[in-house]
Parts: sequence; C-alpha cells; structure tokens
Amino acid sequence: MQIGTRTVKEVINPSISVQQKAKTSFFKRLMSQKALLAMSLPFVVWLFIFKYIPLWGWAIAFQDFKPARGLLDQEWTGLEHFKFLFSDANFYRVLRNTLGMSTINLVLGFVTAIGLALLINEIRNIKFKKSIQTISYMPHFISWVVAASIVSYSLSLENGIINIVLVNLGIVDEPILWLGKEKWFWAINGLADVWKNVGWNTIIYLAAITMIDPEQYEAADIDGASRFQRIWNITLPSLKPTIIILLIMNLGYILESGFEAQYLLGNPMNLSYSENLDIYVLKYGISMGNFSIATAAGIFKTVVSFIFLFTANHIAKRFDQPRLF
Amino acid sequence: MAQKRFFKATRHHSGVGDYLFDIFNYTFLTFLCVIMLYPFINQLAVSLNDASDSLRGGIFLWPREFTLANYKHVFGEASIVNSFFISVLRTIIGTLTSVLGTAMVAYAISRKDFVLKKFVTIAFVLTMYFNGGLIPNYLLIKELNLLDSFWVYIVPGIIGVFNLIVIRSFIEGIPDSLFESAKIDGAGDFTTFFKIVLPLSLPVLATVSLFVAVYQWNSWFDVFLYNSSSSNLSTLQYELMKILQNSNASMSGKTAADAFANANASANMVTPTSIRATMTIVASLPIIMVYPFLQKYFVKGLTLGGVKG
Repeated sequence: MQIGTRTVKEVINPSISVQQKAKTSFFKRLMSQKALLAMSLPFVVWLFIFKYIPLWGWAIAFQDFKPARGLLDQEWTGLEHFKFLFSDANFYRVLRNTLGMSTINLVLGFVTAIGLALLINEIRNIKFKKSIQTISYMPHFISWVVAASIVSYSLSLENGIINIVLVNLGIVDEPILWLGKEKWFWAINGLADVWKNVGWNTIIYLAAITMIDPEQYEAADIDGASRFQRIWNITLPSLKPTIIILLIMNLGYILESGFEAQYLLGNPMNLSYSENLDIYVLKYGISMGNFSIATAAGIFKTVVSFIFLFTANHIAKRFDQPRLF
Repeated sequence: MAQKRFFKATRHHSGVGDYLFDIFNYTFLTFLCVIMLYPFINQLAVSLNDASDSLRGGIFLWPREFTLANYKHVFGEASIVNSFFISVLRTIIGTLTSVLGTAMVAYAISRKDFVLKKFVTIAFVLTMYFNGGLIPNYLLIKELNLLDSFWVYIVPGIIGVFNLIVIRSFIEGIPDSLFESAKIDGAGDFTTFFKIVLPLSLPVLATVSLFVAVYQWNSWFDVFLYNSSSSNLSTLQYELMKILQNSNASMSGKTAADAFANANASANMVTPTSIRATMTIVASLPIIMVYPFLQKYFVKGLTLGGVKG
C-alpha cells in the first residue's frame, strides 16, 4: 500500500505565501540565504542528474538503439517499437498478469488490513496488543529475498509446512508442488504479500481509530450495544474517509504489482502467470539486450501510471476528506 | 453517583456474545502470530540442526541434532564473509549520508522565507510521479562510471522524497520562537540546523534511519543490475538470492545444480537446504533485533508524515 502520496497536493501549495514578504529584489534575497542554498542546491543538482536526465533516455524507445553509439547518433524508427509491443502476445500476457496480481493484492491487502486493525483494536490487554503489533510488523522489515526463501520452503514438497498440514488434515492426498502450478501463482503471490505487509498496513487504520471520539463508544455502551455492533456502527464508519482516500490512491498504483515477489518466486513452470510488466522490461532489456523495446514498455508503464495517479489525486482532492492522507 | 453508573455500564455490558467474541479474537490473533513467527523459528531450527539429519524431515520448532556446523560453514566461506561486510558497510554509510542529506534539504524547504522553497519542493515532489525506467537509469549509471563500484549503492538513492516530506513536516512543527531566538543569538542556518533542528528531530530521524537502513540492508536488485560482475561488491541478500534461484531452477527439473550441491553436500556435511536456512537467519536477524526498539518512533513518524502531509 502506498502512503503519503496525497501529501503531494499540500506540498505544491505551501500554506504561507511567499509573496507577502516585502519585495526586496530576488537576487538580493538569494544572496542573503547562502547557507540554505548550500544545503539544498547540491541535492537539486543530484536530483536533476539522477531523476530528470534519465528522461532523455526515453528517446531510446523511438530509436533502433545501438549501445556503442551516442544517444543522438542513432537510427530513428518512430513508433515501431510501440507497434511491436501492441502486437506481441507476450506483452498482453504480462499486462494481464500485472493487472490480475495488483488487483488481487489490492483487494486482499485492504480487507485483511482493515479486518486485522479492527480485531487488534478490540484487544483490551495492553501487553497482548503490543506483542501482536510488534510480531505482525516483523515480516514487513525482512527482504523479499528472505520472504521468498521462506515462502518457497513452506510450499516445498518434502518439508513444506503447508503440504504437511494439508496432507495430515486429509485435504490433499499427496504433497503438491505449489510453485509449479501456474494457476495458483496469483493466489500464492497475494497471500505472500498479505503475510508480509498486513501488520504494517494496520498502522494507518489504528492511527485513524484513535481519533474517534470516545463519547461515541460511551453512548453505545449505555444503549447496550454489543461489541460487534460497536465495530459495525462506529469504528468501521469512522474509518470510511481513510479507506476511501487510501483506495483511490492505491488505484493510482494499479500497474505497480511489485517486482521482487514475482521475480523471486517465479520459475520456468509458473512463468506464464508470474511474469509481469517489470519482469518483461528486465528480460528484454538486460537478458536480451534489446534496450529499445524495454524502454518502450517502461514508457508505457510510466505514462499509464501517471494518468492513473493524476486522476486518483484529482478525485481524492474532490472528496476533500479530513486531511489524513 | 453518575460516575458509578457509568462504570457499571462499561463493565457489565458484556453478554455471552461479547464473551465469545473475545475468545474468538484472542485465539485468532494468537494463531496469526504463530503464522507470522513459525517460518522464522522453523528456519532457525533447520539452521541449527545437523544438515544430513535435516534431510529426513520433521524439523519444526526445535533442532533434533543440534550443531553450529552450518554457521561455521557459512562464515568459513570468504565470499559470504565479504558480502556480509559489504552489507554492513552500505547500510551504515548509506543511512548516515541519506539521513543527513535528506534532513538538510528538509530544513531548507521548511524555512518559509527561503527564496527557492517552492522550486526545490516541486522539483523533488514531481519525481514521485515518474521515473526514467530501467534502461535509461542503467545507461546513466554506466555513463557516470558507477558500474562495478560501491558508490552505486549510496549515491543514486541518497534522498527519498517520502522521507523528505516526513522530516520537513516534523521540522515545520518545531515552534517558530526557537528559530527566532536562535537568530537573535546570531546563529546562522548551519548552526541552527546542527544545534537545534537535528537534536529536536531525533524521533523522526530515528524513523527515517530505520527505513533507510532496512532498505539498504535488504537491497539486492542494484547488486544484480550494476555489480553482478564484481563478486567483491556482492551483498548478503544477493548471495541468498543466488542460492534461492538455484533451488528454484532445480525444483523445475534442472537437477544438475541440485546434483552438484548434493555431491558437495556429502563432502562438507552441508546441504543447500541448511545453507539457505542459515543464510535466511543471518540476513534477517540484524533487522529483527533492531526494529522493535524503534517501534514507537516509526508508528509516530509514519502517522505524522501522513496526517500533516
């Protein structure tokens, strides 16, 4: 889940307007702020080199790029590489996988995080509550390499706990090579993501819950409301603004289905369902050395994401919910 | 009197339904903790168990034949020791430079009278919306001669925009009077920054340090992309990633790697499974031991970053 993106619009409109200052000349004021300039300008230069200059590289998508020559010394091909993309069956396959997995992760991620936050909030024993939170944050901090190693071990044929439990419960007759079943990959990927991030994602909701007026609960108690009624009629509705904003913002990231989990859990047997757009770019670019097609696919992703994000930001602004995220 | 009635109301509202709810809730959340923790405990048990004995299976929460041989083997391998050293180095240098740099920019753009406040802020925030993509970034790193160098771990990611906003929000929350009195005392921006802002911002700096350190420690993709041909710059996560890729390949039928590993195994009394479990523990233990102590900071820092935007 992405957080902090809504901040963008607040950032662009700083609350205090600079114009109110007496209009001494711009240059004079600039010179009087040498220290602030020294603090920020080196990093602005860094920013332009590492974040803005690569945008020139987008030209590669419109060229028949040969790494030995300079960027301006290439053969221009127009939209040829984009035409290739949109006629490539593999491109549609990775697009399907990207959208499929990010939708599953989005829905699963939301439902589980909200559910867990509601349950944690109902715990009265402070020590137990703290322990649950600490333990559930843990998988968020480990790398995807470690997580993927753990997931693939848990799903393995011989010693995997999943197979051991399923066989002992009689749900399956013999161990299943889960990561070899391509149709299961989206589900495995989604559940791995939930395992890793559900605890972390509750932080936002738990913070929002603490802002609910306690009087509401007191009133409900006097009315004799049950725990379930309190959750359903007070807590959940109070989370609505947070949920809406987070949902809108996350829709902006719909093409970001993640890269590490799919790459690390992917293998030749589940390839047709595990490969997503990022892996496609990596494969064309690094493994096959076709920089132009890889860049074209990258541009497609960035542009579509940009439109989604921009729309999401705009909708979020329209909602103008309490300034949570 | 009224208070007494209220006390009664909160205490005695619990009927059978609420009681059942509590039982369900505590049971379910305990079960959830087990799911979160079990894989680690299991890997720890396997890493502490005799390698050839582990092949028989049945290791769950506790080693059957306790040994430190797997750890001795892992730390006896020069390449892994070196990768551990690189991981530690990039985490320390990366975190220090990133937190200091981000805090400096954050301080500059938190000053209301800073002439370039708007320009710098927008320039940074815009980059949240787009990036050059894999290939253009790769070509840039190549042009800058950062391929096969340690600095490719530090320089390209020195400032994270989200961290920048979190720190800036925190600094904006520091009372103006402190800055004014510093100014009256004749303190310049650098003095104010180091003597006032940094010490007061410790909670948020702790949070951001944790985020950056975790990012640095966990990174493997930049190693793979930029430094895969210089093994002396490999990191722990990348070494584990290679082991994982090997076992993925062997699972799907390419048994050559497996056979090699097994032949190796009978000679050294280690197996791919044990090595992987040991590496998993080595690669995650440092973080697992640190993050609980910073919990109150990151929960606060994260919420603050969001609420104040």
